[in-house]
Amino acid sequence: MKIDSRFQARPKGNISLSIDGEIVFAHKGDTVATALLADSGNASRKTNKNSPRTPFCMMGVCFDCLVEINGSPNEQSCMIQVEEGMVVKRPKGLRNYEQK
Amino acid sequence: MIDAELIIIGAGPAGMAAATTAANEGATVLLFDEQPQAGGQIYRNVKNQSNRLDNKNYFGKDYLSGKKHVDALEHENIKIEYGATVWRIEDGRHVVWSKNGISKISSAKHILLATGAQERPVPFPGWTLPGVMTAGAAQILMKTSGLLPRDAILAGSGPLLYLIAVQMIDAGAPPKALVETQTFKKTLSAAKHLPNALFAANTLFKGLGFLRKIKEAKIKVAKIKRYTACSGFRAEESVDGSIEFSFDYRNVNHKIKTPLLLTHQGIVPSTHLSRASGISHRWNETQKAFQPITDLWGQSETPTIHVAGDGASIGGAETAQAAGRLTALNIVHHLGHLNKDERDKKAKADRSLFNRALSIRPLLDNLYAPLPEFLSPPNETIVCRCEEVTASEIRQSIAEGAAGHRQVKTSLRNGMGPCQGRMCDLTVRGILIDSGINPDAPRARTPIKPIKLGEIANLKIPPE
Repeated sequence: MKIDSRFQARPKGNISLSIDGEIVFAHKGDTVATALLADSGNASRKTNKNSPRTPFCMMGVCFDCLVEINGSPNEQSCMIQVEEGMVVKRPKGLRNYEQK
Repeated sequence: MIDAELIIIGAGPAGMAAATTAANEGATVLLFDEQPQAGGQIYRNVKNQSNRLDNKNYFGKDYLSGKKHVDALEHENIKIEYGATVWRIEDGRHVVWSKNGISKISSAKHILLATGAQERPVPFPGWTLPGVMTAGAAQILMKTSGLLPRDAILAGSGPLLYLIAVQMIDAGAPPKALVETQTFKKTLSAAKHLPNALFAANTLFKGLGFLRKIKEAKIKVAKIKRYTACSGFRAEESVDGSIEFSFDYRNVNHKIKTPLLLTHQGIVPSTHLSRASGISHRWNETQKAFQPITDLWGQSETPTIHVAGDGASIGGAETAQAAGRLTALNIVHHLGHLNKDERDKKAKADRSLFNRALSIRPLLDNLYAPLPEFLSPPNETIVCRCEEVTASEIRQSIAEGAAGHRQVKTSLRNGMGPCQGRMCDLTVRGILIDSGINPDAPRARTPIKPIKLGEIANLKIPPE
């Protein structure tokens, strides 16, 4: 279920990125965390114990905004600005042996 | 070989003021900041403000005044590395920093830590749920992206909470409720600091102006509900993904539904780098936070390491700027650009500005002291967000003999996740204090932010 963003809607941006395969538009100067928060109210990651989280401090302190960006895991999405064609994946808890 | 006479870490109010002062006195400066622009959190994105989507200023003229400080950094003596995370300080002369996945070492004769502050963690049951954020985080989203909260609740206390409330009202995104933890008793006990605070009358009246504006908006719009002296915070997830926020107000439990719960309980110095650099810290009981020990010039016991701004002690932007200039004057004096008399003469105005600006702190620190329930939260509360360790587990480990931060950490892993204790150290301390233990400042170690092993392996050691 996609939860509505917890923020007011903005005009559509012109930078496109993929979040778990879905194309999302963001604005120049947005961080990846901003793009995630503007897109939906859903969890942007699940912890090792499977609890849902969203970005919390937006200034690089709490590390709750960690996501995979362009194949690199555990990136602080609040410290990285969006770029055209970025591929973002939300961490889904502890990986098991079968997963890469 | 040195890269600059002075390395400054952090381009907020203190770091910017120090950089321009030192550069104007003839010193070469290398300035590092993690963000893509200077300004710190208070002047975040101020330089690009006209490019913002909605193109309106609802942050006030104090915020816009930051632009001139950012512009002043364009100086032939100042070199700036943005997007750079300093993760180690060595021998008080070398800094190790990471940018775009590559780590480098830079050296200077003096190092100034101007790392600023972070919001004090506000732990309560449910504070890790999606939709719970810090009030400061929401303000950053407004400043950097024009992303405005929707039907949010602001909860907690502190000057920043009211400032953000006003900015949200002006931006057309008023909070649906303001849930304040401040009590009438606290206001009364803080009142004895009022005469002293009059030395900072400007700041005081600015604050009162915010409160008046909140009241006016409340009357005019009649939509913002205000609750005071609240406690017993709890957040639960409702089926549609929003937050059910409950709290006690006048002995009755209230429950409000909101997509976004924004909490705040003041700010505390960011001391990971100063602690990891090896200088001593002390507990400031009024500010309820650890802070580095320095002299009146911000110089630490390691003579080449200096600290200025909120990272030294919480005082706000104006105090931080004065401290930055004072510290820079002392450093250029040690570098030989100024003699002692010149330093003291140039420092005079800032010294009195610094003292005047600080005079409001006892009032603010007492007025907005954090609630005991956030210092030592209820058992079911997650204290360490990274490793998901609860207050109950921490209390149990203390009952089993853990007598300080390190022993609790060894048994539970709290503080060993990626944030390295930034979100739990103060709470663990609160619980230790509650159990009759008075711990020292917890250790902070290199690298103070997670760095990939390959970056460390590829580190080139520059020639001496």
